Amino acid sequence: MAAASQAATVAPPVAAKTLAPAERPVALTCRNLWKVYGDGAAAFMQANETPSPEDIRQARLFAAVRDVTLEVGRGEIFIIMGLSGSGKSTLVRCMSRLVEPTAGGVFFEHKSLLRMTDEELIQLRRHKMGMVFQNFALLPHRTVLGNVAFPLEVQGMGKAEREARALKVIELVGLGDKSGHYPRELSGGQQQRVGIARSLAVEPDLWFLDEPFSALDPLIRHEMQNEFLRLQRLLSKTIVFITHDFDEAIRLGDRVAIMKDGAVIQVGTPEQLVISPASDYVSAFTKHVSRAKVLRVGSIAVPAREGEHLGGAVSASAGVAEVAALSVDSTAPLAVVDEAGTLVGKLERAAVIEVLVSGARA
Amino acid sequence: MSDFAVAPARRGVRFSPGWLIAIVVTALLVAPLAAPDSFRWALSYPTAWVVPVSDWLRAFLYWLVRDLSFGLFTFKDMTRFVASLFAAALQVPKSIFSTGVTFGEDGFHIPRLSWAGIVCAMGIWGYMLGGARLAALGALGFGYIALFGQWDSAMVTLSQVVLAVAFGVFSGLMLGIWAFRSPRLQPAVVATLDFMQTVPTFAYLVPLIFLVGVGPVSGLMATILYAMPPMVRVTMMALKAVPPELDELGRMTGCTTRQALWKVLVPSARDDLLIGVNQVIMLTLNMIIIAAMVGAGGLGFDVLNALRQPNGLGKGLEAGMAVVALAIVLDRMSRAVVELRPVHGHAAVVRRRYVWAGLAALLGFTLLSFAIPELEVLPRDWRVSTGSMWSEVVSFVNTHLFTAAEAFRTFILLNLLLPVKKALIGMPWPALIALVGAGAWRLGGWRFALGMMALIAFIPVAGLWERGMTTIYLCGISAILAILIGVPLGVLGSRSDRLHKILGTLCDTLQTMPAFVYLLPVVMLFRIGDVSAMVAIVLYSLVPAIRFTDHGLRRVPPSLTEAGTMAGCTPMQRLLKVELPYALPEIMLGVNQVIMMALSMLVVSSFVGTNDLGKQIQVAISQADPGKGLSAGLAIAFLGILTDRMIGRWVAARKAQMGLV
Repeated sequence: MAAASQAATVAPPVAAKTLAPAERPVALTCRNLWKVYGDGAAAFMQANETPSPEDIRQARLFAAVRDVTLEVGRGEIFIIMGLSGSGKSTLVRCMSRLVEPTAGGVFFEHKSLLRMTDEELIQLRRHKMGMVFQNFALLPHRTVLGNVAFPLEVQGMGKAEREARALKVIELVGLGDKSGHYPRELSGGQQQRVGIARSLAVEPDLWFLDEPFSALDPLIRHEMQNEFLRLQRLLSKTIVFITHDFDEAIRLGDRVAIMKDGAVIQVGTPEQLVISPASDYVSAFTKHVSRAKVLRVGSIAVPAREGEHLGGAVSASAGVAEVAALSVDSTAPLAVVDEAGTLVGKLERAAVIEVLVSGARA
Repeated sequence: MSDFAVAPARRGVRFSPGWLIAIVVTALLVAPLAAPDSFRWALSYPTAWVVPVSDWLRAFLYWLVRDLSFGLFTFKDMTRFVASLFAAALQVPKSIFSTGVTFGEDGFHIPRLSWAGIVCAMGIWGYMLGGARLAALGALGFGYIALFGQWDSAMVTLSQVVLAVAFGVFSGLMLGIWAFRSPRLQPAVVATLDFMQTVPTFAYLVPLIFLVGVGPVSGLMATILYAMPPMVRVTMMALKAVPPELDELGRMTGCTTRQALWKVLVPSARDDLLIGVNQVIMLTLNMIIIAAMVGAGGLGFDVLNALRQPNGLGKGLEAGMAVVALAIVLDRMSRAVVELRPVHGHAAVVRRRYVWAGLAALLGFTLLSFAIPELEVLPRDWRVSTGSMWSEVVSFVNTHLFTAAEAFRTFILLNLLLPVKKALIGMPWPALIALVGAGAWRLGGWRFALGMMALIAFIPVAGLWERGMTTIYLCGISAILAILIGVPLGVLGSRSDRLHKILGTLCDTLQTMPAFVYLLPVVMLFRIGDVSAMVAIVLYSLVPAIRFTDHGLRRVPPSLTEAGTMAGCTPMQRLLKVELPYALPEIMLGVNQVIMMALSMLVVSSFVGTNDLGKQIQVAISQADPGKGLSAGLAIAFLGILTDRMIGRWVAARKAQMGLV
């Protein structure tokens, strides 16, 4: 992709498939990002701009992140999905420079993260970033209040002010009655609520969640996912969310990046991943997914003939499962309309049934 | 590897290196013994070949003290200055616990902390930390010290302990943090710590007396040097053990390096760090008692004095009991602090109340003692002395058990100790070096063998043959006995939970007691001599043999023992064929500890009349001859490093073989 604009100080444009949705301004960009471990990794990457896996193996190095290019839009929930060892944790740590990338660029609101001084980085993390950890990472010697107020304390905020703010966030995650408790006195789900509250206390613009619900049992996990969606509806943060659970990814994500061996092999909406998986690896995940939950009405609608008799109108962005009952009960095909209410096509009953059946087969 | 041609038979080499080495060792051992006349040089190390290590060390220290100058000030000025700082610092806890503060002659006197206050506070804080049992332990422990007239000595000791612990913990923490932060330094730090922990405690005392002079300060400095290394080690390990996510949390919230350290890492490592503090306290107490030899005073002096006097055993036992009381209370209290968990709400209020109540008792009684001097110093006629009772016990033991003890003593001496001692001292020195070399070669190849041979060669080369071999003999026999007693006990402990608990308490108690204390009852029974030394060393070094065996056997995976049972093993077969082989590396680590403790007990046991390297250090202290003391200390340290490395190699190889790494 020979880009027209080559201004290096701002984030350069990236491949179309990884672009943030058009309606969102870009918040975070990774461009040709590499993290290579081993002796002489930096020199090696300077000598070879895009080494093949074979080159890297021969140099006795290990690439945890390979040539990752992607954009995250403001207010978007961007999911990085991969199995353990796929490099997703390293990638998210490169995005916050917890891990120093070996090559490539990271841009937050068009500023290069890698060119920042330590002082600038500290200020950025204090005010713009929050992170939730897989194993909660709560400080055992502090109460819930002390934990949530911790990032504010680090900024140097006064005691009264930071505790007032922390209490508000604790209320927000529904732990108002537990603020004096110590972490060991809380259940796993409650502990992660504290972790979430702490990461939100500084009102970050960019919110990293590193497998936040993996350490919880399935029932609690589901509850916490709902809680997460509720919070996001209130707060509209830019979110980078790591998970190894594909169901979680399609449930929560606006877009999902699938990683394997350090490389991003596909980025897309959950629907795009299901309809057109880029490789067998991706379809191995998607084939067990209920298509009816993922597919949008618009993607299986067909053009309507002029003057055709159509049933009730449904939104193109609705999930197929949501309209299934309506469609099956209706004698005529349903009218599919876009957000403005304009007719964009019709939904055949047969198409709906096909989606439902294929979901059941899987 | 396509062709599987039969490897050309290596007929040219008849003997593998192993055979050659075996022959060399046998030859070196047998030849001098068979033909003593032609191998006189091998039987006793020729004086002319002795390298005067002691003289060099002495000359070096004299040079330090007399000639070394940094321009503005000399080395001696520096050591004296540091010593005066310590002396000044010691004044603070000493005033608080031991002397109080008096302004001018017969002037205004601020009393020391009241004994009644301390006893009450210990009870209250003990209750807060560990319920009624710890409350009773704290109050009774200090109550014993007060009632039995040990208070003055105990407070001298306690004030030294307080200062040494404060200093040791602080500097250990700082050094540990520093080493943790600069990974390149870590190997050097770990090696230094290893060395410091194998050097016997006394070896520190000798040069310190020389540089600082006899008195509490050199004892204090030696104590800090001795008790600090574990804190450094614990700090490094504790900080490493903090989950990486917490470290990332610190960075993600934008902590500065200092904030990350003090607000995240150190508090998160609290429990491990406090275990380090507990270790420092116990080691400090142990060493402070020993430091009485260089004039530290306190309880150690009372014990030491009793050992020196023919009829002092009763007094000595009383002081010894006070040491034990102090040790157990300090140990259990500090361990209870480790267990303490933060609480909130009502529980926190209650806890705060206990803290204040303890403080109030402490200060209240002390304030009262302005008016009632009895609260500061318990009047003599209120005190109880068991001294006469203990003397009666001693004389009872002497009259009734003497024949039995004497028979045991003579039997052990004639049938075990003397023959082994004679054989070892009579052994040709090249054979010893070759034996060590052969063992090391099997464990770790040529380079390792050379290193180990250099270590053992120090003993004959520095002219320490007889004392060195006496050391090896005494430590060896004691260690073997400790293992013979400890391992079966450990096995029993691993079979039954009840016994496990009882042994646990026994081990705790044995480990809490300072080394000195073991000597008292032993001397009472077996008088002065090698047998007493042996029994004391066995008692002192027994604990790791029990602990590691028990622990190792308990860690055998249940699936393995089930497999053994299902294969039809009898319980004994299962133990011998399944569990012990699996636990052997762990048990060997215990054996290693046994030997280390036996070596460190040497100098203490030399008080009861052995003629080993420990004795040489003791003599060096009394003659203020730093060269002699240091060279003997080095020899003991080398022996320790030698066993540590050899056993370590074996354990590592064995674990790798079993895939346990």
